[in-house]
Amino acid sequence: MWEYTDKVKDHFLNPRNVGEIPDADGVGEVGSLACGDALTLYIKLDENQRIKEAKFKTFGCASAIASSSALTEMVIGKTLEEAEQITNEQIAEYLGGLPKEKMHCSVMGRDALEKAIACYRGKDVRVVEGNIVCECFGVTDIQIERAVKENKLHTIEAVTDYLKAGGGCGKCHDKIQEIIDAVLGAAKPKVVAPPKGKLTNLQKIKLVEETLAREIQPSLRKDGGDIELVDVDGNTVFVRLKGSCSQCKMSQVTLKQYVQTKLQELVAPELTVEEAAS
Amino acid sequence: MNDTPVIYLDNNATTMVAPEVLEEMLPYFNRWYGNPSSMHSFGGMVGRRIREARERLASLLGASEEEIIFTSCGTESDSTAIYAAIRSYPEKKHIITSRVEHPAVKNLCDYLAKNGYRVTTVGVDKSGNLDLDFLYDNLTPDTAIVSLMWANNETGVIFPVEEIAEKTAAAGIVLHTDAVQAVGKIPIDMQTNRIDMLSLSGHKLHAPKGIGALYVRKGTKFSPFLIGGHQEKGRRGGTENTASIIGLGKAAELAAAKMSEENTRVRELRDKLERELTQRIPNCFVNGKDAPRLPNTASIAFEFVEGEAILLLMNEHGICASSGSACTSGSLEPSHVLRAMGVPFTAAHGTIRYSLSVYNTEAEIDVVIEHMPGIIERLRQLSPFWKSGACMAS
Repeated sequence: MWEYTDKVKDHFLNPRNVGEIPDADGVGEVGSLACGDALTLYIKLDENQRIKEAKFKTFGCASAIASSSALTEMVIGKTLEEAEQITNEQIAEYLGGLPKEKMHCSVMGRDALEKAIACYRGKDVRVVEGNIVCECFGVTDIQIERAVKENKLHTIEAVTDYLKAGGGCGKCHDKIQEIIDAVLGAAKPKVVAPPKGKLTNLQKIKLVEETLAREIQPSLRKDGGDIELVDVDGNTVFVRLKGSCSQCKMSQVTLKQYVQTKLQELVAPELTVEEAAS
Repeated sequence: MNDTPVIYLDNNATTMVAPEVLEEMLPYFNRWYGNPSSMHSFGGMVGRRIREARERLASLLGASEEEIIFTSCGTESDSTAIYAAIRSYPEKKHIITSRVEHPAVKNLCDYLAKNGYRVTTVGVDKSGNLDLDFLYDNLTPDTAIVSLMWANNETGVIFPVEEIAEKTAAAGIVLHTDAVQAVGKIPIDMQTNRIDMLSLSGHKLHAPKGIGALYVRKGTKFSPFLIGGHQEKGRRGGTENTASIIGLGKAAELAAAKMSEENTRVRELRDKLERELTQRIPNCFVNGKDAPRLPNTASIAFEFVEGEAILLLMNEHGICASSGSACTSGSLEPSHVLRAMGVPFTAAHGTIRYSLSVYNTEAEIDVVIEHMPGIIERLRQLSPFWKSGACMAS
């Protein structure tokens, strides 16, 4: 059982500013279903470039919902320059604190705000800055450096609490430790250019999800079938065919010739598609 | 802590100590507190009550008394069993287990895999049924032990361990089953099967926490895990947890008496809960629906919402359950059991486990049925994924 403050409980049970703004000036989307939490933040500005309206939709635990709700209250009335100064610590403080394992919820709020502001300013926010360190959750060295600096994190566990980085397979623990040592030792960390075109697991899952929904599901549904993403393991995409597809003798052809080709073309050439065991 | 009444549907996590159990235990704390190993009759009479408890538990399992070793918990029983096998067959370096075991077995096997053992993990299909062909194909002369749970704690899916025991016995391989969730809920008769070792835990069947037992079939090679005094015939050192052992004996007697109620009335309540929730709430389904399952467990996936948030809203109504989501456990990945079954992310994060006991009433289940649709709808209104979910359903 998590020890949530009364303020977290209040913002979870009575979230403020829930919804969407159809004509928003800026939209920031972070997280995914696969990760277990996701937030879409909408902002609308007045004539003086102050945020007059902020709304959110969040999939996630109580602290993710409460952090999103708190964030909207914090940004309304602020200029973009003022809003940009908001740190994840401030979101947590606004809520009277968060359990340390849940600090990543406040980081998600800050990230969504940054993306919404960048979106308004017309920057392409889909480009991942820096070099991916944690492949499970798609976290870069720049994100880790920043969290370590801003929150004075000393351990790998603390980095996991704030960013989720290192909370999956654990292979990146050495790299995270190097970054912590470099930042705390005030040495300049080595920044290596990210390998071009390489996707993190997270980006891969999101792209596969999007491609299935946009390119593949509509045509399968026309024939009374459907497809569901079950898992992505390395470069193997596991899917389940549903509806008329599941009985179709041509389903293997559909999978290999159609789904796999599309995904190879639009996501990554090394992907293969398998039907999930049933 | 307060005393507000709750609707407790988390009996796979732990259970209430039955009033009859507590009553039998209480005098052994401060009235008859003697050590059963003592020479004086003040201690000796406690020893007689322990023998009676052993008989009661043996009777629930269709075992004989000398096949029961009392331990401190299910985890100790599991560790004892697995270490007993690998120490008894030091030349064998292979272990078989499943992908959906409780951490008590899973994490020990992971540890052994890093320490010189080859571990084969058997997968399950989307209903949660074990891949038996794969299991049988991997039995080798090098296999020291096969450890498979009798019933899954998250989904209630029952593995055919008695059928598997025929194959392992024929191959001369030790079979251990973690039956922590099965004992007391479904009939078990060790006289009619060939399972070598079986773990159970008191607090899952209305005895207190901190007491467990390991069944070891007569003739099975054994090596103690806790080495110390002569207690439990030298198979488990340490002064007996007298009050709790007596409590476990009483709980075993009660479980035998209530077995048919568990499998009729409790099953009907569980079925009603599943039926009503899946009818009233769109985009939800029962995990493991088509597999043989425990009568008390319902694992229901609510798509596009997150488990911890569901549990906290249920908590507002005093309803206690568990979730397969990452957030509740403090880990970042959703349940390994649901992942092994291929439950999509869209549903794994929003899975709630309701586990009933004979103390639940129909009125309680009706309250849960009444509140759940509103709880799920409320969270879906917050979810950025729900619109696409509604489309997918249409």
